[in-house]
Amino acid sequence: MVRERETPKQQQQVSYTVEQLVAVNPYNPDILPDLENYVNEQVSSQTYSLDANLCLLRLYQFEPERMSTQIVARILVKALMAMPAPDFSLCLFLIPERVQMEEQFKTLIVLSHYLETGRFRQFWDEAAKNRHIVEAVPGFEQAIQTYAIHVLSLTYQKIPRPVLAEAINIEGLSLDKFLEHQAANSGWILEKGHGRGQLIVLPRNEFNHPELKKSAADSVPLEHIIRIFPILG
Amino acid sequence: MAANYDYDEAPATYDDANRQELGYDPNFVPDSVKSFVVHLYRHIREKNVYEIHQMYEISFQKLSDRLFKDTPWPSVDAVAHYVDNDQVFCLLYREMWFRHLYARLSPTLKQRIDSWDNYCSLFQVVLHRVVNMQLPNQWLWDMVDEFVYQFQSFCQYRAKMKNKTEQEIALLRQFDQAWNVYGVLNYLQAFVEKSNIIQILEQEKEGIEQFTATDGYDYSGGSNVLKVLGYFSMVGLLRVHCLLGDYQTGLKCLLPIDINQQGVYTSVIGSHITTIYHYGFASLMMRRYVKAIREFNKMLLYIYKTKQYHQKSPQYEQILKKNEQMYALLAICLSLCPQTKLVEETVNSQLREKYGEKMARMQRYDDEAFAIYDELFSYACPKFITPSAPSFEEPLVNYNQDAYRLQLKLFLYEVKQQQLLSGVRTFLKVYSTISLGKLANYMEVDEPTLRTILFSYKHKTHAVDSDGNIISNADVDFYIDDDMIHVVESKPVKRFGDYFLRQIVKLEGVINDMDRIRLE
Repeated sequence: MVRERETPKQQQQVSYTVEQLVAVNPYNPDILPDLENYVNEQVSSQTYSLDANLCLLRLYQFEPERMSTQIVARILVKALMAMPAPDFSLCLFLIPERVQMEEQFKTLIVLSHYLETGRFRQFWDEAAKNRHIVEAVPGFEQAIQTYAIHVLSLTYQKIPRPVLAEAINIEGLSLDKFLEHQAANSGWILEKGHGRGQLIVLPRNEFNHPELKKSAADSVPLEHIIRIFPILG
Repeated sequence: MAANYDYDEAPATYDDANRQELGYDPNFVPDSVKSFVVHLYRHIREKNVYEIHQMYEISFQKLSDRLFKDTPWPSVDAVAHYVDNDQVFCLLYREMWFRHLYARLSPTLKQRIDSWDNYCSLFQVVLHRVVNMQLPNQWLWDMVDEFVYQFQSFCQYRAKMKNKTEQEIALLRQFDQAWNVYGVLNYLQAFVEKSNIIQILEQEKEGIEQFTATDGYDYSGGSNVLKVLGYFSMVGLLRVHCLLGDYQTGLKCLLPIDINQQGVYTSVIGSHITTIYHYGFASLMMRRYVKAIREFNKMLLYIYKTKQYHQKSPQYEQILKKNEQMYALLAICLSLCPQTKLVEETVNSQLREKYGEKMARMQRYDDEAFAIYDELFSYACPKFITPSAPSFEEPLVNYNQDAYRLQLKLFLYEVKQQQLLSGVRTFLKVYSTISLGKLANYMEVDEPTLRTILFSYKHKTHAVDSDGNIISNADVDFYIDDDMIHVVESKPVKRFGDYFLRQIVKLEGVINDMDRIRLE
């Protein structure tokens, strides 16, 4: 049986074995405690495994008396941090409706809703009102900020400072520092906007710069060329 | 001797009383049935797959239609002595017996439990003994398919606790291992593992193994049963995971099968359709709309071209039903993710005919639209199940709809989140550039709200694929420069590569013709 240990080295061993369990013997009620420990480990070591968490949610589905709502809440917070991936809804599909009606889950669903619909200001407001939920998982704030920047990068070539500030919930001097860091490491460019303050030029990608879109439609598969080799020869 | 049959332990009086209740004699064996089992037994022993297939697919149907329209086939005990009491044949016969029962009649709880026992015995034999048979893929597929179907049926049955008799409740308590979800999943998983099918498929790509090329059949004197059951069990696992609402794991189970190619899964029409239907449905729930659209399109076109060949087959009705369901799912996908170039002409015209009007209304995203999404989803979705054992405490309730209601609710929730996107798309199609302020005005919202709509549009139209990459599904796209929206029209790309290839071949043809003229 796999048991969690305190030392980091052996903790690594535990997660390796848990992943193997999920791959090889997932339909086994005995691995439930290991999977629960693994969730806690993901939280404390800022790692993430959707497959292991889905495996646990399935076991909870098979034996509802063994469900720990605290563990489920942690799984959902981790899933939220995985956005833009749809992990949060994938987890919800496996959680019974009556559990989803509990206060903490209703809050998490509201938070997810705000992020899915681009309502960043409302999200940060609601998160502030529920610090106990979000502060329980280290790395939460950064993960959501990463998601926000991802959405902004899809949308904007040049973004006004206040819009950015609202999306990532950083203002004033902290924002200045943040922007400096991004300019130095991630290719952001800071410009003077026409009278209205700073404009931030986000890195070019195929989503905010359509001319960069790879024209996959026009590439010719190798098999087609091979067919005319006799002619070309 | 045939193992594990409860009938053997039942008192004689039970049989007599049963016979009176049943209105038929389970021990009466008509001559045609005697002939059937004798010949089938011989063909199986001689590994004559073609004959087995004929008898399994055609003769069994004919006899069922003629003699057993609404009664079960003779009991296995009555036919056992015609086939040397062969254990394996009896298990196979019983498997067909129960399948016929489920199809034509309503199984009792006892019969459901007995069928589970039979599958256990049959699967144990295949997994743990050296089986020297070759069975047709159709039969092996039907085994897995029926196994999952009976599991689904049992969960639905068990969840309706309200009108259960005391006897039924006692049986449920006593036989709590029957159709247990762990048991079902572990059998399917055991087939996948024991058959080594994943490694076989891998090695086939490198040319070391032969599997698909022989349709899974073993031409070197061995048996195809374990390998092919292992193969079809991957589809079985996809199906069970969809019934549970775990779409990610379902698709993972199917991963070793490349659905962009022909394979053993296409060798049986039922398997082909079940695979694509569930693949498409799982993709839809994971918001991979383009993937779902592509696969539904291919499958629907295939059915359109080939359904005439299956008109006489017992699967014909199922094929038609799945066909209609996939059109409904395609309508949903295209309403959530409009695409212009992914659907074949024939499929598109069928789609317009069946759902053209409904699709127009779905894209209006008002209350009526939600009602239509609800209707189509409910019609086309799998029969979701609650896998856990029921609570036997009073009051007894029916909870068989719970699983379906949850999936529907979450699906409609996703639809609702996309509510405002349709409005934005209409405007983007009309303008090449427009300021945020102006667009906000036209849409009758304030600028901050418009920004959230635009963020949402970007997020919802840029899906995360299985490798974690971002793919744009947007047919109309845009980017924002400060406060100016620039609309990006996706122009149809001229396929120069194809054009040149065609012209090269054409020119070569002309030159060859000219050469021939000179020689004459």
